[in-house]
Amino acid sequence: MYILGISAYYHDSAACLIHNNEIIAAAHEERFTRVKQDENFPENAVKYCLKEAGLELSDIEAVVYYEKPFLKFERLLESYYHFAPRGLISFVKSIPVWVKEKLFIKDELYSQLKKLGKYDKKKLKLYFSEHHLSHAASAYYPSGFESAAILTLDGMGEWASASIATGTGNKIQIIKELHYPNSPGLLYSAFTYFLGFMVNSGEYKLMGLAPYGNHGSLQVENYKNLIRENLVDIRPDGSIKLHMKYFAFATGLKMIRTKKWESLFGIKKRNSSDPVLQCHSDLALAIQQITEEIVLNMTREAKRLTENKNLCLAGGVALNCVANSAILKENIFDRIFIQPAAGDAGGALGAALAFAHLHNNMPISECNTDKMKGAFLGPEFSDLDVLKTARKYGAEFEYIEDNNRLFEFTARQLTEGKVTGWFRGRMEFGPRALGNRSILADARNPEMQKKLNLKIKFREGFRPFAPSVLHEDTKKYFNIDVSSPYMLFTADVATGIRKNLPGDYENLDMMSKLYIQRSTVPAITHCDFSARLQTVHKETNPDYHALISKFKELTGTGLIVNTSFNVRGEPIVCTPDEAFRCFMRTGMDVLVMQNYVFIKEKQNINPELFKEKFKPD
Amino acid sequence: MEFIKDIWQFLKERKKFWLIPMIIILLLVGILVIFGGSSSVAPFVYTLF
Repeated sequence: MYILGISAYYHDSAACLIHNNEIIAAAHEERFTRVKQDENFPENAVKYCLKEAGLELSDIEAVVYYEKPFLKFERLLESYYHFAPRGLISFVKSIPVWVKEKLFIKDELYSQLKKLGKYDKKKLKLYFSEHHLSHAASAYYPSGFESAAILTLDGMGEWASASIATGTGNKIQIIKELHYPNSPGLLYSAFTYFLGFMVNSGEYKLMGLAPYGNHGSLQVENYKNLIRENLVDIRPDGSIKLHMKYFAFATGLKMIRTKKWESLFGIKKRNSSDPVLQCHSDLALAIQQITEEIVLNMTREAKRLTENKNLCLAGGVALNCVANSAILKENIFDRIFIQPAAGDAGGALGAALAFAHLHNNMPISECNTDKMKGAFLGPEFSDLDVLKTARKYGAEFEYIEDNNRLFEFTARQLTEGKVTGWFRGRMEFGPRALGNRSILADARNPEMQKKLNLKIKFREGFRPFAPSVLHEDTKKYFNIDVSSPYMLFTADVATGIRKNLPGDYENLDMMSKLYIQRSTVPAITHCDFSARLQTVHKETNPDYHALISKFKELTGTGLIVNTSFNVRGEPIVCTPDEAFRCFMRTGMDVLVMQNYVFIKEKQNINPELFKEKFKPD
Repeated sequence: MEFIKDIWQFLKERKKFWLIPMIIILLLVGILVIFGGSSSVAPFVYTLF
């Protein structure tokens, strides 16, 4: 029984194909269209999923959309009615889109599917899951747990912005929901907007900025008090109430009432090109800590209601790895599984799984196995595909057939300070590159963070880089007891490898803090000694594990820098062609695609050919 | 037709019958706006508004 899950028409559309309990394929549409967070029908992703399984559309039993449009429309109408006459402009702008398109998503989906191949409308059924049920299913069913508490948190679904559910066997039961307009995701996004980053994509930057705030300082405590007293009521049962006079998303076309925020915090709204000041970092730290408090309250409530020892997490807020680590430190659950594609793209997977288990009553398969296959669920390319790309551009390359030699060669390049593009196997599903579409570097190199940010990724200098560490070496470098295969937890760098800080460290400005060597692996040690780590397991990614092992043989360090294979504003590369173009237009030194090696110095191609502009995110 | 059936079932299940007038008005306005773009219906739209 093949089931196709689809998420689309909001942001970050995706498709996923499952067969019984197995996830066959899953991919984001943005990777094919090269439009970041593409919201259109995931035509290419669906085509890929079908191709991966060797199927036609007529072989599919059901197509499941990740949310219920009518329920969302009901919420829109009721909230406009509730806030009327405020919100008239927003009403006039948004309702025509609904009346013209979004209310008729069923017809739209059928007509889009029709473009992809023939099918019998009577046989191919179209179903609609609920937004938070899709999130819950995307975390619970692949977790391999026989039962679990499930917590989902995001900006907004139909009515719910967060939910607590319990999973037992193949059943999921929603126990409690937090409803619109109260939303932890929208609260965080409001600060993302106020601090000059883009809503729905800049939340990572806010999280990366927070550690530059002065922990425990009067300023941060003052901001936290202002947030608690004016913006949000935080209740011990996990619920929150936003004070809507400060927010504009319910009635306007913006997130917040900017003037009110400026007078509340005493600072101007930051524009994206403005410099980042200490007050911005302090405010980022304040909202990060408030978010952690909210998430912890919800987690405790989930424990109280379910009394389960396992926890599954999904929804956009579950990508906040600092908050995830706060849950870990709380130590009230034995095991935690977080869906790597926790955002709306993962809803495609959840919708398909919810249909299979809840509608078709399919039992769950053997337990204790993570069914995400390391999140390597996307397209793979052959040596021949790479060769075609090399010939297309007249590139100089070397083919190293023996994997051992290839890994040794690459590891040696890394030790020499070379930044290396690493393209192998199936593309990752979810926002993180986990070693198949990655840019790699030596974390011991003190200049590496600056080089990567400014010459390779062309992004803000303050942003940290993540380490990929051999699973067996994790404790040598980090204070963490669990594995983190999907880069969804942060951990403190072990005291043994830390370096002493100057006495006036807390008083230094942000950029001065940035370039102080804080450990023996400075490129991945954030200013508060934390790192967003990925543990690399031999079972799920043997090649990547072998490469880091080789690096360890040469240097004694079982850890490297891993950042996604793209530049600012660009979706992660999917094909060899995109990887080669990205390699040529950045300061990357080496590119390894399958068993082909490209050295930048040896390329005699006009770099102007590869210039491409991406809208900064 | 399928749309009307679906939305009726939805309203029945959610017991939100008070939304019916609002939905009908929105759909009528929507139809007028869509067809108002074509010349044959445009004069009626202008008469109405």
